[in-house]
Amino acid sequence: MPASMLPGYTDYLRFLPEILLSLFGIAVMLLEAAGNLKKSHLGVVALVGIVFAFLANMAAYSQPGPAFQNMLIIDGYGTFFRAVVLVVGFLCILTSLSYLDREGANTGEFHALILFSLVGQCIMVTAADLIMVFIGLEISSIATYILAGFLRDDRRNNESALKYFLLGSFATGFLLYGVAWIYGINGSTNLQQIQQALEQHQGPPIIAALAAALIFVGLGFKVSVAPFQMWAPDVYQGASAPVSAFLSAGPKAAAFAILFRLFMTSFRPMNSRWVWLAWGCALATMCIGNLAALLQTNVKRMLGYSSIAHAGYVLVALTASSSVGVAAAMFYLASYALMNIGAFSVVSYVAGRNEQHVRIEDLAGLGRREPMTAALLSVFMFSLIGIPLTGGFFGKFYVFQAALNSHLVWLTVLGLINSAVASYYYLKVIVAIYMHEPGEAVAQLPPPALSLRLAIWASALGVLFLGIFPGALLSFASLSAAVFK
Amino acid sequence: MNFLAVVLLLPLAGFFVVTAAPRASKLPFYYALVSSVCTFLASLGLIGPAVADGGHFTSVLDTLWVDVPGMQIRVHMGIDGLNVWLILLTTLLLPIAVWFTENTMKQRRKSFYAMLMLFEFGLIGVFSALDLFVFYIFWEVALVPMYLMVGAWGGARRAPASVKFFVYTMAGSVLMLGSILYLHSQTDTFDYVAILNMFSAGTVKLDPQQQLLLFLGFFAAFAVKVPIFPFHTWLPDTYAEAPMPATFLLAAVMSKMGAYGLIRYSIALAPAAAQRCASWIAVLAIIGIIYGALLALVQPNIKRLIAYSSVSHLGFIVLGIFTFTQQGADGAVYQMIAHGLSTGALFLLAGYLEHRRGSLEISDFGGIATSAPGLATAFSIALFASIGLPTLCNFVGEFLVLQGAAIAKFSWAAWAALGVILSAAYMLWMYQRTFFGKLAESPKPFADLTRRDWIPLYPLIALMVWLGCYTQSFMPTISAATSHLLQQTTMDNQVTVELQKPHATAEVANAR
Repeated sequence: MPASMLPGYTDYLRFLPEILLSLFGIAVMLLEAAGNLKKSHLGVVALVGIVFAFLANMAAYSQPGPAFQNMLIIDGYGTFFRAVVLVVGFLCILTSLSYLDREGANTGEFHALILFSLVGQCIMVTAADLIMVFIGLEISSIATYILAGFLRDDRRNNESALKYFLLGSFATGFLLYGVAWIYGINGSTNLQQIQQALEQHQGPPIIAALAAALIFVGLGFKVSVAPFQMWAPDVYQGASAPVSAFLSAGPKAAAFAILFRLFMTSFRPMNSRWVWLAWGCALATMCIGNLAALLQTNVKRMLGYSSIAHAGYVLVALTASSSVGVAAAMFYLASYALMNIGAFSVVSYVAGRNEQHVRIEDLAGLGRREPMTAALLSVFMFSLIGIPLTGGFFGKFYVFQAALNSHLVWLTVLGLINSAVASYYYLKVIVAIYMHEPGEAVAQLPPPALSLRLAIWASALGVLFLGIFPGALLSFASLSAAVFK
Repeated sequence: MNFLAVVLLLPLAGFFVVTAAPRASKLPFYYALVSSVCTFLASLGLIGPAVADGGHFTSVLDTLWVDVPGMQIRVHMGIDGLNVWLILLTTLLLPIAVWFTENTMKQRRKSFYAMLMLFEFGLIGVFSALDLFVFYIFWEVALVPMYLMVGAWGGARRAPASVKFFVYTMAGSVLMLGSILYLHSQTDTFDYVAILNMFSAGTVKLDPQQQLLLFLGFFAAFAVKVPIFPFHTWLPDTYAEAPMPATFLLAAVMSKMGAYGLIRYSIALAPAAAQRCASWIAVLAIIGIIYGALLALVQPNIKRLIAYSSVSHLGFIVLGIFTFTQQGADGAVYQMIAHGLSTGALFLLAGYLEHRRGSLEISDFGGIATSAPGLATAFSIALFASIGLPTLCNFVGEFLVLQGAAIAKFSWAAWAALGVILSAAYMLWMYQRTFFGKLAESPKPFADLTRRDWIPLYPLIALMVWLGCYTQSFMPTISAATSHLLQQTTMDNQVTVELQKPHATAEVANAR
């Protein structure tokens, strides 16, 4: 082995967030086994780990470039998404602290699993090789399968985990099969080399297109794109609320990150082939998500369908297939993560022990009982609708601007109409909290725990910040998206 | 010192102060009142520059907000003859709404004041924005507090009514967002003034097809907001279910958002398409005028009656705009102010009626003029203003609109005039059944207006007379802006050029 093949200092620096997350994950498990730390403090250890990983992420970005022989690439894009998933993980652990206490399931295992899942997601978003994509995806997925069924005595948790696992591994099969085909055609799994090979028209184009389609299926499942969206509402409904928050934000953002990276670099030469596929999937995803959400009475299920609809908006950005589109998707996913976690946190708070109160009408009268929490929940809802001065609006705005710049007039019009339809079901929540008298669920609600309040406030402030001062994040997004021509 | 910044930010400051105030005290009321009165006083400072030069933007605010590659958003706002009176109307009606709320609303007033302040912030922004993006933001910012006011403080069927209101408006405004984005993709800017300059310099040209798309997007938002028939179905429900201060603001100022948008944006940004669509929009406006009046005739409920009369009167505004004549446009803008004052006063008085009797069904009233002569007198003044009696405000607006319609197409004027006659019929009939006739049976005697109740009525009545008698104080400013605007719209069109002789403006101004 030549000396240059050995990983050097910069390789490790660029990989530092993953290293730290893994170490802290192991530490949490060991500390639990040692047993001389209070259970709730294990969560704090995990939080500290995420903070360190976040700092390491910044440090890694000070030396951007490939790591480990082009297996990973640390660029602005990857750094952005690493930050997003880390923030997601942080907020979810914060939300889960009081939740797990209430359910009597506060163990280090939960926090360790979140950390391991984050490792996988960080690898995914910085992957420069299909093998790394697959490894990252699996690390992330296996941890989340367990998280979905974390409360193992709860039937709904079991159902959720089983569904997620069976369908998820099936979809991963597609991804792997696509990777194999790509390797067969090009003799490489490196994203850049695939692009070059496709540009030089190596191999039969139809096989390459099929391989791209297989990979799209695999990743499309993870981000719940129609027609592979079926699992999302069931899993979000069944899993415990903080886990649903995590699933709908973290793995989704990571899978989208790699989806964009793949289709905007490797499969870029086949652009004219997949753009129509993306067009159709985007429209179908938006419509199915929004129309089905209209009928839901369970908040978690409604948020599940809403997350499908939002995946549709992000796909609109993919259809635009421009660097503006990529920047739009980056901003969108960041703001979506914040507002969705915020919404799920409030749901986890109102749900009460065993998540008895998860219907929309269970939120009735929250505005009287907990005016501040209710006001923050309405901020999340307005952001999900896309009302200005919230991050959700700017995301949507930027996505549709990218679409129009790519002359997708009809997709834009249909998408905008979709977002108007969507306002109906988000308003149902606001109607419940402000326009109905307090029901049984809200009447005996204790005030939210400090950690939960912190999570809700942080998400809300983030959403508002992105809505009022979007400049900084947008600039960073468009700067780092500029590599995708 | 730029008064516009003060006028814009004071309500926002008011919102935060009111939110922070303790719930169980008089403080939220005082804060809201002080903030809204100060806003009004500051807005007086906008008049001077605007009157001096109504055709151009004065008191301009212009700061960079978002600057990323491919997108630059400036907070660009300004005052001209078109919006100066609308802003004053807003800032005048807000303290009235606050006062009115304190005297008639029973519970959770603090949050209501906060919503009022936020609403004022949104409205002033809508009326003064000169950047399409910023305009859209304020457009939605004004929607949210109104939605919450209707939904949380409204009548028994408030939840469906408020949701209908929100979803309807949202559907219209996302299409407008589409148009704004489309315009940005063509011109690379959101700045209204810059876009108009590009059009007049010919650096950007939109073909008729593009213009039509653009126009329809804007039209969708404004037609719902005004509302124009057949997009009006949210209005009766929302007006009827909203708490009275909210109805007061909905009718008096929020409906002007749509009308203002039509004249400021639809016409100026897509002139050819606007003229192409003018005839069918005018027909829709006339249908609205007559249909609203006919429905008002048969309403058993005073609030619903005034709501439908609003549909009818707002039709005049739309008709005036789409005549593309100087008279029509002047009349439309004048009618916006006049309708705000007269309908505002009517809803205010209806609020007093409701507060006293606990109902607004006409059948629950009768013969109350004897026990409440003051209320009856005030009501009759507002009512005559609304009908369009000469010397009161609506007369000027409706007369000019009809004149403009007659110039554009005589049959329009003839049909629209039918609406004026009908409005006299339904209003007087309602007045007769409510205030005259047999005394309705009631356990309590009907109390007249107290001094507190009169306070908000004085400025409204004074202004109704002022606008009716001394048009000259307001009209030249409006004419300067509308003639400027009409010049923009005639640039690539020959149809109305003959109506736009160079001295037409002066002539019209002198004729008054």
